Amino acid sequence: MPETEHIIDINGLVKRFNGTAVIDGIDLSVSKGEVVVLIGPSGCGKSTLLRCINGLEPIDAGTVTLHGEPVVHNSRNLYKIRQKIGMVFQSYDLFPHLTVLKNIMLAPMKVQKRSKEEIRAEALKLLERVGLSDKAESFPSELSGGQKQRVAICRSLIMNPEIMLLDEITAALDPEMVHEVLDVVLDLAKNGTTMLIVTHEMAFAKAAADRIVFIDGGVIVEESEPDEFFTAPKTERAKKFLKTFTYSR
Amino acid sequence: MGGAEILFIGNNFARLLEGLWVTVRISLISIAFSLVLGTALGAAMTVKNRAVRAVCRVYLEIVRVMPQLVWLFIVFFGITKLTGLNLGGETSAVIVFTLWGTAETGDLVRGAFQSVPKHQRESALSLGLTKFQSYVYIIFPQALRGLIPNIINLSTRMIKTTALVSLIGVTEVLKVGKQIIDANRFEYPNAAIWVYAAIFFMYFAICFPLSWAASRLAKKSRKSD
Repeated sequence: MPETEHIIDINGLVKRFNGTAVIDGIDLSVSKGEVVVLIGPSGCGKSTLLRCINGLEPIDAGTVTLHGEPVVHNSRNLYKIRQKIGMVFQSYDLFPHLTVLKNIMLAPMKVQKRSKEEIRAEALKLLERVGLSDKAESFPSELSGGQKQRVAICRSLIMNPEIMLLDEITAALDPEMVHEVLDVVLDLAKNGTTMLIVTHEMAFAKAAADRIVFIDGGVIVEESEPDEFFTAPKTERAKKFLKTFTYSR
Repeated sequence: MGGAEILFIGNNFARLLEGLWVTVRISLISIAFSLVLGTALGAAMTVKNRAVRAVCRVYLEIVRVMPQLVWLFIVFFGITKLTGLNLGGETSAVIVFTLWGTAETGDLVRGAFQSVPKHQRESALSLGLTKFQSYVYIIFPQALRGLIPNIINLSTRMIKTTALVSLIGVTEVLKVGKQIIDANRFEYPNAAIWVYAAIFFMYFAICFPLSWAASRLAKKSRKSD
């Protein structure tokens, strides 16, 4: 076993929409326990990259592998690979017809076929961890955005994924709810959960990341440690991008 | 304003109920066929193949643009003339109402499935559910929630529209009422008011609970969104 065990390996990934390359040759690996944060201007291909990693989008060239197993859109065993990849979306997407507890319990029951009692106990423990013990029997429509997103995180975590993909999970939230969600993610980071995160929250990126990957125009422009990236970015493009987050008159 | 006893002379009331049963029978059979065929049509309307979708669309529009009465005449007289096959009035009625119900149900089913956001499916798939499982546990239950009130409303529309079948000689409740009125025109000049009032309440007794249930369900499904 090598010292750094790769969970995800992306090699020469190209993704086009109607002939335009949104991802134009990306190589990226994520090791076990690592938190990688993808940042870059909107439309630079970050979210598409995440969608390619769990096979929601067909890719035009290159490979994506999880523990050496290729992830191929529409392939037959894709659902097996997806069980090991947790994904949380910007729009939470809880299942509105199920209670919070059932939202969390559905996949482990139907997909992993674990015992109901065991799952129930674990689901309640997860809810406690994100501070939502009292919402187990609520329906998603009764929750705030921040609460929904925390439930969505639990729903992915209960599958014991090898990696979590977080796609701008606070972008649709009111500012005062951003913190409660990102605190949960920071807690995961501290406990060694492997994560690949797309975010526009720079302060959070700095606090959570082991590595910052700056993407622009469908390619990786810069890759460095967070302290280095935010204080002394190497490339002009990264400098320009970071400037858009500061104000002065 | 006397004359209410017209309803209870001889077997008048029993005859009205018999007529009502014809109305209900035609409706129920047509609705049952429409649900099965309409679900298939609705599924066909959501496939990727454009040709299939176009054919479904054309069928839907053709059935919709023509009044049901015209369809009743076409099927009842037209088919007999063309094929020599002697379809009874009730059979013709079931055929027409099934054609119509299938089209409307198909469109409702299509709408119900397309109203489930794409992200619901992606979330389900991301959790490792197979395509089939994501249909069974996520998409179908959500589509059904919005669909049921609409289907009930369509059913009440169909029940009311079956009044037209008296025009191709089917003796349903309205026709029976007319017969009673005509037969007693001189002894009971007020018969029309009483008979039609009775028919009004019969339709009401069937349709009101349905539309009440539909609006209750619709409100419930809106609330949980």
